[in-house]
Amino acid sequence: MTAMAADIQQRNALEVRNLNFFYGKFQGLKNVSMDIAEHKVTAFIGPSGCGKSTLLRTLNRMYSLYPGQRAEGQISFYGENILDEKQDLNLLRARIGMVFQKPTPFPMSIYDNIAFGVKLYESLSKGEMDDRVEWALTKAALWNEVKDKLHQSGLSLSGGQQQRLCIARSVAVKPSVLLLDEPTSALDPISTGKVEELVHELKNDYTIAIVTHNMQQAARCSDFTAYMYLGELIEFGATEQIFFKPTKTETEDYITGRFG
Amino acid sequence: MGDKHISSQFDAELNSISTHVLEMGGLVESQLHQAVYALVHLSLETAEQVLETESRINQMELNIDHEIISTIGRRQPTARDLRFLMAISRTTQNLERAGDEVARVARMVKSIIEAGTPRSLPISELRTAADLAAGLLRKTLDSFARLDTTMALAIIKEDNAIDTEYDGFLRKLITYMMEDPRTISPSLDLLFLAKSLERVGDHAKNIAEQIIFIVKGEDVRHVPMDKVESVVG
Repeated sequence: MTAMAADIQQRNALEVRNLNFFYGKFQGLKNVSMDIAEHKVTAFIGPSGCGKSTLLRTLNRMYSLYPGQRAEGQISFYGENILDEKQDLNLLRARIGMVFQKPTPFPMSIYDNIAFGVKLYESLSKGEMDDRVEWALTKAALWNEVKDKLHQSGLSLSGGQQQRLCIARSVAVKPSVLLLDEPTSALDPISTGKVEELVHELKNDYTIAIVTHNMQQAARCSDFTAYMYLGELIEFGATEQIFFKPTKTETEDYITGRFG
Repeated sequence: MGDKHISSQFDAELNSISTHVLEMGGLVESQLHQAVYALVHLSLETAEQVLETESRINQMELNIDHEIISTIGRRQPTARDLRFLMAISRTTQNLERAGDEVARVARMVKSIIEAGTPRSLPISELRTAADLAAGLLRKTLDSFARLDTTMALAIIKEDNAIDTEYDGFLRKLITYMMEDPRTISPSLDLLFLAKSLERVGDHAKNIAEQIIFIVKGEDVRHVPMDKVESVVG
């Protein structure tokens, strides 16, 4: 019941080793080491400012967009150190996709929202692209709701649908890892339920890392949970163990709501 | 439950549940003392009081269950809080059953009095078993109030003493029954009585296991003693 991530014979999609992260002089992550298991959902929890989003953003080097932010250490993505200077960032982000807290559809049609990213990496025929769009929207559990209005604006959808559109857009380029940064914090409970259901479906094909402020969401959706505080990884283990019998007092205080 | 939640209302709810469990346990304990008094002094009046009070214990179980369900539904407890509420649910179940056993003792005492007991039967010897059971229940409630696992471990071990006492009493009753067949019927009454006291000890032991579950997060039901010892440490 309480197997730790390390005890399970499991292939890792990402292996983080001695990761330190700096926003200028401020150190956002302190010597973090952890594995993200393939085809599993790994959740990051912790109070605001603990570094969970920072950690997620290092996993596809989203931080490289901002000068003054730098990471030290190693993040191995199937054996390849993605912190390497020579890393092709566009290719990396196609393989490690990201969905943000607020739905961010492009101001274009639903169809083009999906096709846009695909065109950057692949040249597909019209028929192939139609298939890819349908496939991605089906994966994101959105196809039935939008199949008759593919050429309407993505912005015409509800918040929950927009978020699933963003997930479909990430899925469309066939990544291997999906990073979800508080994907449901702006959604109502029904849309949240649909996204969580989707996370469960998607893990058959993708490795998922999710940052969430909703502890019950981490408990419901994830296989592994990492508790972070002040830039440090305090405890990392199987979700059931973390929520039933955490080993560290800090983790217990946080998940039981005793955090002062 | 140690340090405080951010929500003081949550603390208040857990404290209220704790208090109610201790009240329920206290009532079961006092019922047991009454029943033993009725037995030793062959007091019909006291036995009837015990039977009248039993329904209060049942109602307390229902009330605490309601509090637990309401807290789980509204708070989605995790870790220690979750274990605490699960353990309370099992604890009240065991207390209610211990209450049933005590009521059974009272009913038996009534029937012994009404049948007219042969003075030769070793009623007073049941007192040892009764005192052991009452003592165990008392210690269980104390160790629950303090979440004291060392004491809980001692209770689990002590339950074996009641079991041994029961076996000895059983052998003695058999001797009486063999010597004088007229004692068979009242002896059987006493046997069931002794069995009920032994069961009270079992329920105390079950509650002690729940105390270990709350604190250590390990389920020590159906686990060999050496394993339980290593969990408590």
